[in-house]
Amino acid sequence: MAMSTKAIAATRQYSRIGAHSSSTIKYDTRSFSAIILQQQTKNNLDPPSSSSKNNLDPPSSSSSSSSSYVDHSHLYNNTYHPQAPEPNYTDLGPTTKLNLFTAINSAMQTAMKTDPTAIMFGEDVAFGGVFRCSQDLREEFGEGRVFNTPLSENGIAGMAIGYASAGGTAIGEIQFGDYIFPAFDQIVNEMAKFRFRSGNQWNCGGVTLRTPVGAVGHGALYHSQSPEAYLAHTPGIVVVMPRGPRCAKGLLLSSIRSKDPVVFLEPKILYRSAVEEVPDADYQIPLGKAEILRPGTDVTIVGWGTQLRTLQIAADLAAKEGVSCEIIDLRTLLPWDAECIIESVKKTGKLVVSHEAPLTCGFGAEVVATLQAECFFHLEAPIQRVCGYDTPFGLVFEKHYLPDEKKNLDAIRRVMEFSL
Amino acid sequence: MFASKAASMLLRRSAASAVSSSAPTGAAAALRNGMANMRLMSSDVATFDLTGSFETHHLDTQPNNTIEMSKEELLSHFELMYTMRRMEITCDNEYKSRAIRGFCHLYDGQEAVATGINASFETADSWITSYRCHCTALARGGSVESILAELFGNVDGQTKGKGGSMHFYNKAHNFFGGQGIVGAQVPVGLGFAFANHYNAKPGSPMQVAIACYGDGAANQGQIWESANMASLWNLPMIFCIENNHYGMGTSMDRHSSHSDYYKMGNHIPGVRIDGMNVLAVKEGMRFVKEYVGSGAGPMYVEMMTYRYHGHSMSDPGTTYRNREEIALTRSTRDPLEFVKRTLIDAGFADAEQIKETEKRIRKDVAAQVKKAKASSKPTIEPHLFEYVYSSGGGKEQNEFPPHIRMPDFSKSKNY
Repeated sequence: MAMSTKAIAATRQYSRIGAHSSSTIKYDTRSFSAIILQQQTKNNLDPPSSSSKNNLDPPSSSSSSSSSYVDHSHLYNNTYHPQAPEPNYTDLGPTTKLNLFTAINSAMQTAMKTDPTAIMFGEDVAFGGVFRCSQDLREEFGEGRVFNTPLSENGIAGMAIGYASAGGTAIGEIQFGDYIFPAFDQIVNEMAKFRFRSGNQWNCGGVTLRTPVGAVGHGALYHSQSPEAYLAHTPGIVVVMPRGPRCAKGLLLSSIRSKDPVVFLEPKILYRSAVEEVPDADYQIPLGKAEILRPGTDVTIVGWGTQLRTLQIAADLAAKEGVSCEIIDLRTLLPWDAECIIESVKKTGKLVVSHEAPLTCGFGAEVVATLQAECFFHLEAPIQRVCGYDTPFGLVFEKHYLPDEKKNLDAIRRVMEFSL
Repeated sequence: MFASKAASMLLRRSAASAVSSSAPTGAAAALRNGMANMRLMSSDVATFDLTGSFETHHLDTQPNNTIEMSKEELLSHFELMYTMRRMEITCDNEYKSRAIRGFCHLYDGQEAVATGINASFETADSWITSYRCHCTALARGGSVESILAELFGNVDGQTKGKGGSMHFYNKAHNFFGGQGIVGAQVPVGLGFAFANHYNAKPGSPMQVAIACYGDGAANQGQIWESANMASLWNLPMIFCIENNHYGMGTSMDRHSSHSDYYKMGNHIPGVRIDGMNVLAVKEGMRFVKEYVGSGAGPMYVEMMTYRYHGHSMSDPGTTYRNREEIALTRSTRDPLEFVKRTLIDAGFADAEQIKETEKRIRKDVAAQVKKAKASSKPTIEPHLFEYVYSSGGGKEQNEFPPHIRMPDFSKSKNY
């Protein structure tokens, strides 16, 4: 049966599409996983053997447990996502001053260089993206690996899931976090549950969905939202938000290489305004671990993303009044490092949680609920949440809406009143 | 809508043993001389007529109007289809006797579609389908025992009892499952097509990806999103509508303003296939796979088929359609009856042999169901929290990520 001339022409054409960067890679769907395993070993993604990571004994004060409960603790022998230890920045070699979008670009360059199955796609990413995060990627890796998609968030997410399930690494971009909602069905029902419902036969760990979030000063209703609470309510995915260029590169590399699907939320206001010395090397920051930015003794203040800058200003103002604040960046929202916050609150006895997203059912509610259950007798004051209001916010009300440093200072003062 | 022929028109049949007048071929003669006692093997081939089984859209070519099939192959299709039928009837009985709980969407009436697609596909082709997936799971490397065990919720089931009726998977056969969300499998199928395109060896045909969904799902927006991308990038994607004419309880003309689903891709070519004729399905899918795998772009395939049961076990299937319609389909268009008549007409088997085969399969299915029942349920430890996330360190052991909250909070490691 003769094929139409169009079909024959197409056969010749498609063989030219896709600049595969390495000729030594076998193109065989069945060896997809073999390719990945090979790559991962080369990049030393084995878990660390250091003993500090294995001190996971439960607290001894578990007298509240009922005697009929079966002890499951022998099952918890491993640190979640021990993909890399906390990087030692002094040992990482030369650094370059990068802002957030160039740091993210650097992470994607590294990921795509080290993983030949990695593809990057989204709306308008081919020319560099509306925030320049993907600049030069298409020139470097070819149109077969970096390409534009139509305006189809659900389709983008679904395609990422399918490609990852077939063994590849899919870095999808949703142009604004406000547009992630059409993709929610794929994220919640497919991405989060693929491994579970297939009994580990299939998984889409190769998916990383990146999206800019947060208020930016001119974004108004649909370019300013922070959807982390909706996403964090989904067991099966990982939700990450960096606070600056240096941790963004490490977190994004961890996210892309993670064996679980990740939604990576980038605070868009920091794309140009945050500048830090970022190591040129390939480094990873462990997922699921918080970071103490500034140790303190009087109050613990917790935030993520852009909010850390506000909290640092508030902490400086509080320091003038003699209050020593311990500032903690969660970095990963799902799974979040409750242990770090709990240890801190046991020390300080007071907690303030702050986020841009609306107050009701924001992620701060999860932090507060867990902390009050675990640290009830250590708390000296009710836990304060300093968040956006329960309203959409257009441009005209943005300054009133945001939980700025004054509102945070107010909350710090309020909790300090309880301790005399 | 086609009427399946009551018996496929047998065009010619070559079996060196039976026909005495034609001169035997060299191979047949040698065999006959050498092994006079043995029945000649794969020279039992017949050609069948498929005229009227296909309609095309935006295509210069179309599937062949004839297909050659050997006795062994047609018998294997019959056995698979009969196993599917017995399995689905067993599911019906087990559900009614409350051994199977939850959801159960039965595929009987549509067996020819899954069998025919599987016959024309390679294992390396990717397949994803909807919740009506028992028979596809069987065709793609499953066994009645593992499927029934899964339906009973037992740990020996194909997904360790955690997936249930809508979630069967098979990694070795590139079967990406059963999905509960209507239409959501199609963008995921697009991803498989992309992977096949990405991994293709230049100059040879690509492996294809097929996403099966129903006429009810066909109007989902995300399907058009996927079709647009597949067409834009010439991906080896097959959009397969299993048109059983009812979207749950609503008939096609009441849920779809446009019922020529094979034309739904607009500029994307399409072919409509008589889904009750397994020979037509096989030949049609052979054509589609060849076209799509060549890089000419995606294709819409509409299988005209029918389901005897209701949408699910909670739907009697008679409140929105006539019993006469169901009975008429059973008597004139049943895919199993068609294959049986074809086997007899081609002289591949007689009624006795078919009865024997049926009896054997019934016994086998019953035995496997019994074994499936004997398995046990999954336990909280370790199965409840298993595989929500990958295990730590990239090793595929089953270890709980410590952040998952156990029922007793104080026992949750690292909170």
